Amino acid sequence: MSKIYDLIKEHQGKWLKGVREIKGSLMYVENVGEVGYDEEVRIIGVDEKERVGRVLETSQEEVVVQILGDRAGLTIDCLVYFTGTTFKITVSEEVLGRMFNGRFEPIDGLPPITFGERREIIGEPINPVAREYPHDFIQTGISAIDGSLSLVRGQKLPIFSISGLPHNMLAAQIARQATVRGKEEEFAVVFAGIGLRSAEAEYFIKEFTRSGAIERSVVILNLAEDPAVERLMTPRIALTVAEYLAFDLEMHVLVILTDMTNYCEALREMSAARGEIPGRMGYPGYMYSDLATIYERAGIIKGKKGSITLLPILTMPGGDLRHPIPDLTGYITEGQIILSQELHARGIYPPINVLPSLSRLMKAGIGPGKTREDHKYVAEQLYDFYSRGIKARDLARIVGEVGLSPRMRRFLKFADEFENKYVKQGVYENRSIEETLKIAWEILALLPEEELIRIPRHIISKYHLGRRG
Amino acid sequence: MSVERRGVIRKVSGPVVVAEGIPDIKLGEVVDVGKERLIGEVVRISEGYFTVQVYESTSGIKPGEPVYATGKLLVAELGPGLMSTIFDGVQRPLEEILKRAGSFIKRGIKVNALPRDKKWYFKPVVSKGKKVEGGDIIGSVKETPLIEHKVMVPPGVRGEVVKIEEGEFTIEEPVAIIKSDSEEIEVKMYHEWPVRVPRPFKKRLPLIVPLITGQRVLDTFFPIAKGGAACIPGGFGTGKTVTLHKVSMYSDADIVVYIGCGERGNEMCELLTEFPRLIDHRTKRPLIEKSIMIANTSNMPVSAREASIYMGVTMAEYYRDQGYDVALIADSTSRWAEALREISGRLGEMPVERGFPAYLPDRIAEFYERAGRVECLGRPKRTGSLTIMGAVSPPGGDFNEPVTIHTLRFVGAMWALSTDLAYRRHFPAVDWLKSFSQYAEIVEEWWSKEVSEDFARYRRRALNLLTVASEIEAIASIVGEGALPDDQRLILLTAEIIKEGFLLQTAMEGVDVRCPPLKQYLLLKMMMDFYDKAYMLIKRRVPIDEIAEMPVVFEMMRVKEDERDLEAVKELYKRVMEALSNIAKKYNIPQEALSRGV
Ligand SMILES: Nc1ncnc2c1ncn2[C@@H]1O[C@H](COP(=O)(O)OP(=O)(O)OP(=O)(O)O)[C@@H](O)[C@H]1O
Ligand SMILES: [Mg+2]
Repeated sequence: MSKIYDLIKEHQGKWLKGVREIKGSLMYVENVGEVGYDEEVRIIGVDEKERVGRVLETSQEEVVVQILGDRAGLTIDCLVYFTGTTFKITVSEEVLGRMFNGRFEPIDGLPPITFGERREIIGEPINPVAREYPHDFIQTGISAIDGSLSLVRGQKLPIFSISGLPHNMLAAQIARQATVRGKEEEFAVVFAGIGLRSAEAEYFIKEFTRSGAIERSVVILNLAEDPAVERLMTPRIALTVAEYLAFDLEMHVLVILTDMTNYCEALREMSAARGEIPGRMGYPGYMYSDLATIYERAGIIKGKKGSITLLPILTMPGGDLRHPIPDLTGYITEGQIILSQELHARGIYPPINVLPSLSRLMKAGIGPGKTREDHKYVAEQLYDFYSRGIKARDLARIVGEVGLSPRMRRFLKFADEFENKYVKQGVYENRSIEETLKIAWEILALLPEEELIRIPRHIISKYHLGRRG
Repeated sequence: MSVERRGVIRKVSGPVVVAEGIPDIKLGEVVDVGKERLIGEVVRISEGYFTVQVYESTSGIKPGEPVYATGKLLVAELGPGLMSTIFDGVQRPLEEILKRAGSFIKRGIKVNALPRDKKWYFKPVVSKGKKVEGGDIIGSVKETPLIEHKVMVPPGVRGEVVKIEEGEFTIEEPVAIIKSDSEEIEVKMYHEWPVRVPRPFKKRLPLIVPLITGQRVLDTFFPIAKGGAACIPGGFGTGKTVTLHKVSMYSDADIVVYIGCGERGNEMCELLTEFPRLIDHRTKRPLIEKSIMIANTSNMPVSAREASIYMGVTMAEYYRDQGYDVALIADSTSRWAEALREISGRLGEMPVERGFPAYLPDRIAEFYERAGRVECLGRPKRTGSLTIMGAVSPPGGDFNEPVTIHTLRFVGAMWALSTDLAYRRHFPAVDWLKSFSQYAEIVEEWWSKEVSEDFARYRRRALNLLTVASEIEAIASIVGEGALPDDQRLILLTAEIIKEGFLLQTAMEGVDVRCPPLKQYLLLKMMMDFYDKAYMLIKRRVPIDEIAEMPVVFEMMRVKEDERDLEAVKELYKRVMEALSNIAKKYNIPQEALSRGV
């Protein structure tokens, strides 16, 4: 018997006709009675395919439904079923090692998760008083991050990139190497591919398989060819799974969301389809709040052992940091790691430009007992010298290196060494924080000791190479 | 008994709900929405139906569900128990929500702002027979070891005290009875006030005293007066929150009201961990004892974000009315404006600029207008002040946008944060060329009396020097510093000393987290006196490098962090002057020449 028959039988009497209009991913249904805002909707077309939708606006006269999934083939005489509940997924321990699409249907050939708990994917805000301030330093083995932009467990720290730069490679390296020192727990990885090309998706899956992380991973994939509206659900499904792993199963979870730019494009598309007043560059005015309901799901909760560390990746359209997508993200996240075209062109991997990059939670994760007593000061001094070095480099482009004062020349040299020795490293090179700090002190030694004004004297005398002979 | 006024939902669209069936519904009236009784406020009334802004998530709410009118406006409860508490945007204590709902915020939770069962020891200060009126203090309660909570006759009430008692009371129990011509009114320790209405006072007073924040760049260069209003605009990561956190921790305000409006959960969590731990420098008590917090983070309902600002400012006014100097911090007012925009869009209102409604400037003005130094209502005669500081988060860090532009019209000071400085890790990244303070001249007298007569002169000269230095820097970036004449290089050198040694203040612990006015003055004096003397040397052809390479130059950049504090500055001052004299000696320049022509 046809699927449509089964479905209708399953939910007898609730299927309705009455679609007035289908416009892009939006469907207007008339006279359906009492339907809840945000409710999940099932739709079957004459092609007998089942689709999922969500209620965007509801009144007794008319309901506006956002159609998820493939819309081709839908006609006005399709059947609609209002499920009476908001969008939920079933989660259980079984999710580990599994792969799903953007509607949480398995794509690994295994059966769907049927036994477990039903969870709404929109999630609820963590009560601010329930939060525990993140403070556990995560060693990623990457100097530019560990030394200058330290990541801590429970932080949300995005990578701002440009198409063509190795952000995926960097994210995979972080996922592979991230550890909290002195603790044995390994991170579970929840990976959400949002509008990802298959090659990119395969890269991650291969990396996770190779490192053995795949057994501790959950992959949610919405590929470039998959429906764009599903991109609105993908990160939320990922975070719902992550919350379950972190706060029910008490695991430390690293969530990678890539590429959030595709998410925002889908949001813009949906907003335009609804005829909403467009905000900056056509993105809806509520994009900040919308993104916040995703990013703010990272964190640590008092009394629970697990945590969610969030690593969203986004490509900045036109490489522009002021574009609404990186801009609004930066306003929500706890810092940003910015990749630079210029460093990449010079063959520096990872091409992290530390100057505009920032980790806001760094201060809580470093220092004596966590990393080392000199870490904070070294980081500040490196910044200061590097920014002076960049200034010197700009000047040298105009007046030539000979036109620089001896002091400026030293800063210039420092900037070169900083990029080549400290930032640059191998894709499989995993540096301990001690190694990172050792390199830092080596390059700091390029400058006279009294220039180290951001470092207290007792730290200088303990760690400065010149002092240690 | 009053009849239940009940209506029915017709339409739900995000936080906006349209309902009908309560003919006498009032604009601004609070309603309970749906079976779960979510909190909402009537924002528009049309023929036959009304529109409600709901302060909780409306997921799953259906047309046909009921709506109940409460007969009340959106009010704040004002009384003992506010201090040390953290509320959400509609004044629900988050600790209570945690107890009832667990780590995640569920909707439909009804909790009182003030604890009903807690007993407070009430001490009357007036006795039976006394004639009192709104604003008069009739007694007090030790709300926290730091805050003596003055119990006032609610605005509008007048008559004779016929009963007043000392002892332990809950806030629901009357502590006094006032007999007016027509009735006897029970006075409790708390009352309600509609948050969108400013609380009355007797009269505005001129601003004269600075709010000392302990942050050098603010206090010395761009001060804010007690009762004034300032905004702090800046792109993401430029330091709005850290600066405001520091002000809330180290300022000399009696009371701090901190509103986290549409920002990060972890930032509120940080305050909650720091406030009980940090010791207020004036009173040596934990900061939490003088603080009220509101957290409506970015992922909490947008409409409650709109309300949170009014909740905060109403509570702040209430303590101002008791005669306190209150500092109100709102981070970020842009998120509040965006909430206005979102609601306005859902209401189908006509947007004017970048989607914002036409009334945006009015709302911003109304908010900042609630700042002020006032003579409070009632007796004894007292003054209180409310200082407002608001963060502004302009899209793309570009100040040319509605919220920044309109805010600037209504504040007396702007602390403009620069992305460029932030990238160089120059914090606080307050741009000394773009920032301004109209309070600078007003508070000069205070500095002159309390710190030193010549403070204003040093301040002005230092600002000038920084301005000139930036012009010279522009030239230097084309020709190289080496090509500049020595007197200009001295200006650059001094500017660098001021930037590193004075403006830069990044400490999260140690002496430099808070720099008292006298130390600010001594540091600046040292740097400017250095400039003047060095200038005389340069005029007498001493090469600039001779001066730039003196070890004391680098020491001036780090002495602010010396744990010996003032002593270290004073001692360094002597050494700087000696070092310059020694150079003079070396070049056979008479010592008098150093101080001439300054
Ligand atoms: N006064 C300061 N001292 C030391 N570091 C600072 C200071 N101000 C800012 N910073 C650094 O800059 C980072 C960003 O500051 P902050 O969180 O205050 O930015 P913001 O302007 O509030 O950004 P957003 O708009 O995204 O909230 C901090 O995490 C800290 O590393
Ligand atoms: Mg901030």
